[in-house]
Amino acid sequence: MAGPVQSIERAAAILRLLAQGSGRLSLGEVAASLGLAKGTAHGILRTLQSVDFVEQDKATGKYQLGAALLHLGTSYLDINELRSRSINWTDALAARSGEAVRLGVPLEGKVLIVHHVFRPDDTFQTLDVGSLLPLHASALGKILLAYGTTPLEPLMESALENYTRYTLDSPQQLSRALAEIRDTGWAFSAQEMMMGEAGVAAPIRGQGGLVVGAVGISGAMDRLCDTKGRPLGSLVGLTRDAARAISRDLGAARW
Amino acid sequence: MVERYVMSIDQGTMSTRCILFDHQGRLVSVGQREHEQYFARPGWAEHDPTEIWSHLRRVVVPRALEGAGIRPEQIAAIGIANQRETTVVWDRRTGVPVGHAITWQDTRTSGYVEELRRTTGDDFFLERCGLSPTTYFSAPRLRWLFDHVDGLRERAGRGEVLFGTMESWLIWNLTGGPDGGLHLTDATNASRTMLMNIRSLTWDDELLAYFDVPRAMLPEIRSSAERYGTARALLPDVPICAALGDQQAALFGQTCFAPGEAKCTYGTGSFLLVNTGTELVRSRHGLLTTVGYKVGGEPTVYALEGPIAVTGSLVQWFRDRLGLIHSAPEIETLARGVEDNGGCYIVPAFSGLFAPHWRSDARGVIVGLTSYITKGHLARAVLEATGWQTREVVDAVNADSPRPLRQLKVDGGMTSNNLLMQFLADVLDMPVVRPMVSETVSLGAAYAAGLASGYWPDLEGLRRNWHRAAQWMPTMDPARREAEYESWRRAVERSLGWAGP
Repeated sequence: MAGPVQSIERAAAILRLLAQGSGRLSLGEVAASLGLAKGTAHGILRTLQSVDFVEQDKATGKYQLGAALLHLGTSYLDINELRSRSINWTDALAARSGEAVRLGVPLEGKVLIVHHVFRPDDTFQTLDVGSLLPLHASALGKILLAYGTTPLEPLMESALENYTRYTLDSPQQLSRALAEIRDTGWAFSAQEMMMGEAGVAAPIRGQGGLVVGAVGISGAMDRLCDTKGRPLGSLVGLTRDAARAISRDLGAARW
Repeated sequence: MVERYVMSIDQGTMSTRCILFDHQGRLVSVGQREHEQYFARPGWAEHDPTEIWSHLRRVVVPRALEGAGIRPEQIAAIGIANQRETTVVWDRRTGVPVGHAITWQDTRTSGYVEELRRTTGDDFFLERCGLSPTTYFSAPRLRWLFDHVDGLRERAGRGEVLFGTMESWLIWNLTGGPDGGLHLTDATNASRTMLMNIRSLTWDDELLAYFDVPRAMLPEIRSSAERYGTARALLPDVPICAALGDQQAALFGQTCFAPGEAKCTYGTGSFLLVNTGTELVRSRHGLLTTVGYKVGGEPTVYALEGPIAVTGSLVQWFRDRLGLIHSAPEIETLARGVEDNGGCYIVPAFSGLFAPHWRSDARGVIVGLTSYITKGHLARAVLEATGWQTREVVDAVNADSPRPLRQLKVDGGMTSNNLLMQFLADVLDMPVVRPMVSETVSLGAAYAAGLASGYWPDLEGLRRNWHRAAQWMPTMDPARREAEYESWRRAVERSLGWAGP
């Protein structure tokens, strides 16, 4: 087993230092207090700054704790920002897949739709932005559950609402499905909320790989699936590509 | 068979972008880089053309190729869209620009423009180039350069220095620069210089004489879509097949090919253009007459345009100068925290008002402030300013054009703001439609290039690529709409004349 990572220990020490006293220190003060070379301290401070854990005052150059630390438990990505960063890739996904695209984030035990691109057939459709989907009965929701973007426990403690005969309504079924999603990296829902409707979704990752939302396509079962009821590989590929492109835009390095 | 793509280069006010599109008009990859904004004095706004060319060459194009994983041979054609009216003068022999490019936002010529409006009057210009003089267009800037750079007029007369807008500068560099680079522009860009005759699409002798601009420094005026030549630097042997001013490119990208079709692009400023067909309509309500596009040897298609100076840049101001938000999209989050504007209105006349008012003596005002107003109300007022300014332009279009607008096609960065788009539908009382590719400036340049190179067969084929990605329907109570519009108009009244004549 690997030992402690030195740079993380040092980063933690810097945060503790900034949390004490006046909380505004220059680079020299940070380095001297912790016995670090200025270059080392600077590298760590810049990294902490890039994840918003530390802020630098423009006028004095001094460092202080960043606002993001105060909101560690809540979503750090503004939903309107998420939409703005996704819009090119979700448009491309809709154009390529021929299906409607939705982007979801967790809100009070549901999936909040924060962005919606129409199915590109120019039929009359209305914007779903602001509407809510059940977590356990939608591909978007299952992504948010599988990757810990929203807690699973409250859902498991209450009865899972049954929408159709395909809804995953037992904790065992749902747990198995979520484990499979983590294995494959994408989610699928077939007639779990509404008969004849299917969806495919993939995780959107932010800095450090944290899943901040889900993007997916949805539409008629017979367009999305083969004769065995499995989603078409090409559509899964397109959805995952779009999710990866958005993730890259948000600063997730390896996805 | 190896897949081929069309490359679009959008040289914009804030950044330069390169986007590759596939045969269905779908976005494949993007390369982008922002450039420095130079504000040396109040009212001045400049770019460094060398920096822009260097970004294009070193970063923007390579990133787009890398993103798509393709080689230059797979590019069927290049189309260029560009910030309009921005003036570059450079040395023909060395390729070195004479100072920075003076951008369309620069108001240093306001004194001169006032003077020529007073002494010569608008009609002389309107009859020839379809524009009345403002600081917006290139010719007054060129005149300013002659008056302030020693010996420049003489060098221009000898053909030692060349003039161009951004597309001319980039095409010249792409096709060899000092070593035989092609010096050309297209009719849409030339229509914004105040030097081109709007009917003949040639440099107008009387206007050249008026501004004392020597023909030797001017680029050749070509169609918006035709094969100009092939690139030598950067993308060897790839044909360059289109150039359009960015707003005309967006009109083309939105496939507004029929008279009466209109689009509005929401960026730093916003620009509403309506296709008027082959008919040249002279506005009586504060709109500009401009070339919409010209495809190869086909008849010129004209447009009426309503430019709005400050829309997205008001959000940037809110972010950077007031520091009330961290990123532009967050303004929607802030604005949604309140029910309405709380009686507060912001008229962002930072350097006067453009269409339909054309008042350079207007300055920004915030009215209706009470102790009740929060930053959320201000955020609402910021977004609503874009809605009402659009409404004023749409009213002007409907007054000038025999065909009233039935819907508005929108594009640009601000269209990801759902609150704003709904407000827009509400105040215009018509459907607002966002197409599947919101990068319509880039798409338009790609369409024009693809059309000229045979990558796409015809306009109808392009139209089939257009799909609705989102639509907002009006829901506002008509009485409320009228009352709010009245308040907006009163706010605008208060902005006028603040800066003195």
